[in-house]
Amino acid sequence: MEKVLTRNIGVDQKPTDLKAYEANGGYQGLRKVMAGMSPQDCQAVISDSNLRGRGGAGFPTGMKWSFVPSDDKCTPGHKYLVCNADEMEPGTFKDRLLMECDPHQLIEGMILSAYTIGADISYIFIRGEYLLAIQRLRDALKECYASGLLGDNILGSGYSLNMYLHPSAGRYICGEETALINALEGKRANPRAKPPFPQVSGLWGRPTIVNNVETLCNIPHIIDRGADWFKTLGLGEDAGTKLFGVSGRVKNPGCWELPMGTPIREIIEQHAGGMRDGYQLKGFLPGGGSTDFLTTEHLDLAMDYNVIGAAGSRMGTGTMIILDDRTCPVGMVLNLIRFFAHESCGFCTPCRDGLPWSRQVLQDLEEGRGQPEDLETLSYQIKYIGAIGNTHCALAPGAMEPLQSALKYFYDDFKQHISSGRCPYH
Amino acid sequence: MSKSEMIQTDIGSVLTAEEIAEIDAELAHVPYKSGAAIDALKIVQANRGWVSDQCLQGIARHLDMSAEELEGVATFYNLIYRRPVGEKVILFCDSVSCWINGCDDIKDKISQTLGIDYGETTSDNSYTLLPVPCLGACDRAPVMMVGDDLVTHIDHEMVQQLFASAEQGSAE
Repeated sequence: MEKVLTRNIGVDQKPTDLKAYEANGGYQGLRKVMAGMSPQDCQAVISDSNLRGRGGAGFPTGMKWSFVPSDDKCTPGHKYLVCNADEMEPGTFKDRLLMECDPHQLIEGMILSAYTIGADISYIFIRGEYLLAIQRLRDALKECYASGLLGDNILGSGYSLNMYLHPSAGRYICGEETALINALEGKRANPRAKPPFPQVSGLWGRPTIVNNVETLCNIPHIIDRGADWFKTLGLGEDAGTKLFGVSGRVKNPGCWELPMGTPIREIIEQHAGGMRDGYQLKGFLPGGGSTDFLTTEHLDLAMDYNVIGAAGSRMGTGTMIILDDRTCPVGMVLNLIRFFAHESCGFCTPCRDGLPWSRQVLQDLEEGRGQPEDLETLSYQIKYIGAIGNTHCALAPGAMEPLQSALKYFYDDFKQHISSGRCPYH
Repeated sequence: MSKSEMIQTDIGSVLTAEEIAEIDAELAHVPYKSGAAIDALKIVQANRGWVSDQCLQGIARHLDMSAEELEGVATFYNLIYRRPVGEKVILFCDSVSCWINGCDDIKDKISQTLGIDYGETTSDNSYTLLPVPCLGACDRAPVMMVGDDLVTHIDHEMVQQLFASAEQGSAE
């Protein structure tokens, strides 16, 4: 397979500077656009390409952009493009690689995206712990300003864009796009009510697009080589390539660029090398900590948004976490729910008070204090915390996904914790 | 902080000229001063290790915010420290992939070696131990950050090598 997103990333994972990036075809898409493609042309290519957001929700990128009002339909002022580089979904480690090893690919994608939606200011909202990525992006931004790729009158086109790096001060909820916007405004990162959606009223009340790192990294290639080329990359109905990852007790945990629609079995058995000796695969979260468990019966499914959705889970970030036969499913879910309870912004009751309650029930089960009625309590919590519309944002419903599917697939494990009064895995 | 402390604080003597210059550079691209609140907290913390009540008060005045509003922002974010920390902060990942790979046991080993639990600082002020959400290096689990360095594939031996020279015991 032809490498697209990782074509500049070697096994040594050395960063690509401006010279090396351009030598390998970098900024060709930008030069092509600045020489005579209109924002409408770019919008049409991205809409045609069937690119879907790589941050977890899988929303069509072209459609998201199309909701930004044109200049004649909104009051004069700034428009913003924001890169969501706040990678913090448990088990997700793909954006780090793209930013550390090929920062210019992201920047080029951002310039093209900003041009398309008519933004004049852009931000990279990056998690504060990603110090190496911060340093390399900072260096790359300097190179761009020095070479006329950012700032006033980019490449003599008359288009101007400033780009700022905003290292975050923490908290998982900042990955939610309206919470991220509040954090960029210097506020507590509580998500906002929608509507209005950020495309209409986002940062400082102005039209704003928030896109994930990997989504934006796709843009230069689609612009340069066209929507039809991009669609041929996927094996199934979804277009392009994707960074897929595997962590847990596999022989070769890692992150690889593969065609969209690659079968799960190939990713786990071939690329991740299968399970470590002495361990068997019991289940897996297909796309990060807030996706439903799948099990061995799903190994031959393709990693496509709708295929994984039809199986009762979500492709999420595409980075799988493996549950092996010697790891307690109740303990694993407890770890996840503890995380989500801790990361609740505290704004709405089902999340702020419901998640700690779930954590407490799970902790009682794991520590041998479980009662038969606890499983009913968990089902009740899943029903009310997990329902979209009961909470202010998707954090708590996301937290319920691994819990509800663990109860479905590993029900006997939960029962055994109660009947034997201890965790059978310890 | 007590009310009298807040009123008596003189901003001129709190923030350094360099800190103010750095904060003002951030103000250049936000439409309202409070928009630079997090940047300002991070600037002061980078300089001093943490954000004291006096500094918080100084930043708030500089940004035309109330101290209470800025405190609400500062305490929301886990990387803003409102209490003193040691020379290096250990951000220990306790999320799911590290947990599967035995991070609970590694955390016990660190606590035992340094004599501190989460939220505590060693008596020689060299380390503060804090939990952190997934560090995005799950293929190299278990992982942690020690100061600015990402430490991967942590095992008992590595903990011993890293921390054996630090003085044992909590400062509090």
